[in-house]
Amino acid sequence: MSVPLPVFVAIPLVTAFLLPIFGKKGKSVATLLANLATISLLVLAVVSIGQSRVYEIGKWSIPLGINLVLDGLSCLLLLAVSTVSTAAMLFSTRYMEQYTAKSKYLCLFLLMVAGMNGVVLSGDIFNLFVFLEIASIASYALVGFGCEHEELEASFKYMVLGSVASMFILFGIALVYGNTGSLNMAYISKAIQGSGLNAGLGFALCLFIVGFGLKAALVPFHAWLPDAHPSAPAPISAMLSGVLIKALGVYALARVVFNVFGISVPISWVLIVLGILSMIVGVFLAVGQWDFKRLLAYHSISQMGYVVLGIGLGALILARGGNTTWASLAILGGLFHLVNHAVFKSLLFLTSGSVQMATGTRYLKELGGLADRMPITRATCTVASASIAGVPPFNGFWSKLILVVAAVQAGFWGIAAVTVLVSLVTLISFLKVQRYVFLGELPENLRYVKENKNSMLVAMIFLACLCVLMGLLVIVPSLKQSILDPAVKVLTDGVEYSAKIINM
Amino acid sequence: MPYALCFLLFVIGLYCVLVKKNMVKIVIGILVMEYAVNLFLIMLGYRTGGAAPIIDKTCLEPGTGQITASFISTSVDPLPQALVLTAIVISLGSLALIISICVRTYEKYGTFDITKIRRLKG
Repeated sequence: MSVPLPVFVAIPLVTAFLLPIFGKKGKSVATLLANLATISLLVLAVVSIGQSRVYEIGKWSIPLGINLVLDGLSCLLLLAVSTVSTAAMLFSTRYMEQYTAKSKYLCLFLLMVAGMNGVVLSGDIFNLFVFLEIASIASYALVGFGCEHEELEASFKYMVLGSVASMFILFGIALVYGNTGSLNMAYISKAIQGSGLNAGLGFALCLFIVGFGLKAALVPFHAWLPDAHPSAPAPISAMLSGVLIKALGVYALARVVFNVFGISVPISWVLIVLGILSMIVGVFLAVGQWDFKRLLAYHSISQMGYVVLGIGLGALILARGGNTTWASLAILGGLFHLVNHAVFKSLLFLTSGSVQMATGTRYLKELGGLADRMPITRATCTVASASIAGVPPFNGFWSKLILVVAAVQAGFWGIAAVTVLVSLVTLISFLKVQRYVFLGELPENLRYVKENKNSMLVAMIFLACLCVLMGLLVIVPSLKQSILDPAVKVLTDGVEYSAKIINM
Repeated sequence: MPYALCFLLFVIGLYCVLVKKNMVKIVIGILVMEYAVNLFLIMLGYRTGGAAPIIDKTCLEPGTGQITASFISTSVDPLPQALVLTAIVISLGSLALIISICVRTYEKYGTFDITKIRRLKG
C-alpha cells in the first residue's frame, strides 16, 4: 500500500488545530484523538517501510514546485519519530494531568510532530527550513510549559540559541539560492556538481554546519541542551532528546552534507572532531550531575556524538576512496545508534518522569530504595541503562559494537579506543543512577510511594520491549535489508541522490 | 558592496546577541540578524532598473506564447520575495513567543538582566 506523503504532515497538523476546541470539558476526547493521531502515524510509517517515491505538491513538477521525498533515510527517521511520539503521548495521557491546559499541550505536541515529519520528508531546502521552524517554535513553548522560574529561563536560553541557529540556516539557504538558482535539493546538488564549490557555497556549508550543529547540540554548540531538556515535562524531554535533536540536527546535517554538497575529506574531519568532542565532553559532564534529568540530558550530547562520529567516519573513508564495506558499516553503526538512542533515551526520560511524579523530586541524593516500591519503573530503567551503556544483548550494544568494528577495520584505533572508553564512563554514571534511585536506603518520606498506573506503564514497557528486541534489526538479514540498509545506501550514494530524484 | 554591508548587519546582530546582558536587547539582536538575512534575500533577486515580474500580453512571444527573453533578462526575480514573506511570518511567530517569555520571566525574577537570572547551573 502506498501512503500519500502529505498525510504524514497533515494528520498531526489537522488534529493539532482541532484539539484546543475541546477546551477543559472535552479533555478526555482530546487526549483520545491525540493518541489516535500518533498511533495512526506509527501504523503509516510501518506500512511505508522499504518504499521510495517522490510526491509533487499541487502537481507542480520540480524544480518549479515543492516535492516531498520518501527514501530509506526519511523512512528510518519517520519510524523513530512515530515510535517515540506514540510512547510519549501514551505517557502524557496520565502524566500531564498535573498541569493545567492539557489540550494546549497536546496541540503543541502534535505541531512538533508535524514539523519533524515535514523536515524528514521535505525535498526542498526552504520548505525544510519552514518545517524546522514549526517544530522549533512548538518545542520552545513546550520547554517553558510549566511557567516556573527554571522553565522560563531554560526556554529563553533555548529560544535565543535556536533562533540564532535558524538565522544561520536561512542565511546559508540564501547563499545557496544565490549561487545555484534553485531551492530544490536535487537541483542544487546537480548545480554544485557542475560548478564545484566556490567561496560562497563553502561559506554556506559552514553556516549549515554551525546552524544544524546548534540544533543537534553538538559540543561546542551544546550550551542550551542541559537546561532545556530537563526543564520540559518528562514526555517532552523524551521527545526532545529522543527525536527532535536528531530530526532537526543530525538528519538535516547528514542530508545537506552527503546528498547536497557532497562529502570531502575536510568536512568528514569536522564531523569526526565534533562527534568525538561531544562524546567525551558530554559524558564527563554527565558523571558529576545530581539531577536525574540533567544527567540524562548530558548523556544525550554524548550519545549524539556517537551518531555523528559514525557518519563522519563513513564519510572520511568514502572521501578517501577507501573500502566501501567499512564505510557503510560505520554509517550503519551511526544510523543504528540514532534509532537506538531514540528508544532508550526516551525510555530513560519517561522513567525519570515516573519517579518524579511518584516522589515529587528528581534530585538523586533525595531518592533511594525505590526498587520495591516501583518495580516496573525500576525494571524498565535498568533495561534502558544497560542499553545506553552498551551491555549485551540490548540494542545499544549492537550499534556500539558495529562502530568499534568499523573503526578498527578502517585502521582508526584511537577512535575505537575512545568509543569503548566513553561507553565505560557511561556505564559508571548509570550505575550511579541505579544505586541512588532504586537501591540503598528508602528515605522516611518516600515510604508510601506508589507505582504509577496504566498508560504510563504501558508506554514504558513498550519502549523496554523495543530495547530488548531491536538487536534483531541487525541480526535478522531481512529486517536489516528492509529498514537499515536503504538508509545507509542513501548516505553512501552521496550526490547520486540528485540524479535519482530528478529521474523519478 | 551592498552584500558586505548586509553581512556587517548580520554580524552586528550576532554581536548584540552574544554581548548584551538585557533580555530585550538580545531579542532585538535576533531581529537585526533576521532583517539582515531578509535584506540579503531581497537583494539576491533585485536588479537595478528591473521590471516588476508580472506577465501580461506584451511579455509573450507572438505565436508561440513563450515568455520573451528580453522580459526574463530585465525582470526582478520574484522567488526571494516569496521566501522573505514566509520568513517574516515565521519570525513574527517566534518574536511573539520570545517576548511573552521575557515578560513572564520579568514577572518571576523582577529583572531583565541575564546575569541575575541564573538558577540553572552545572
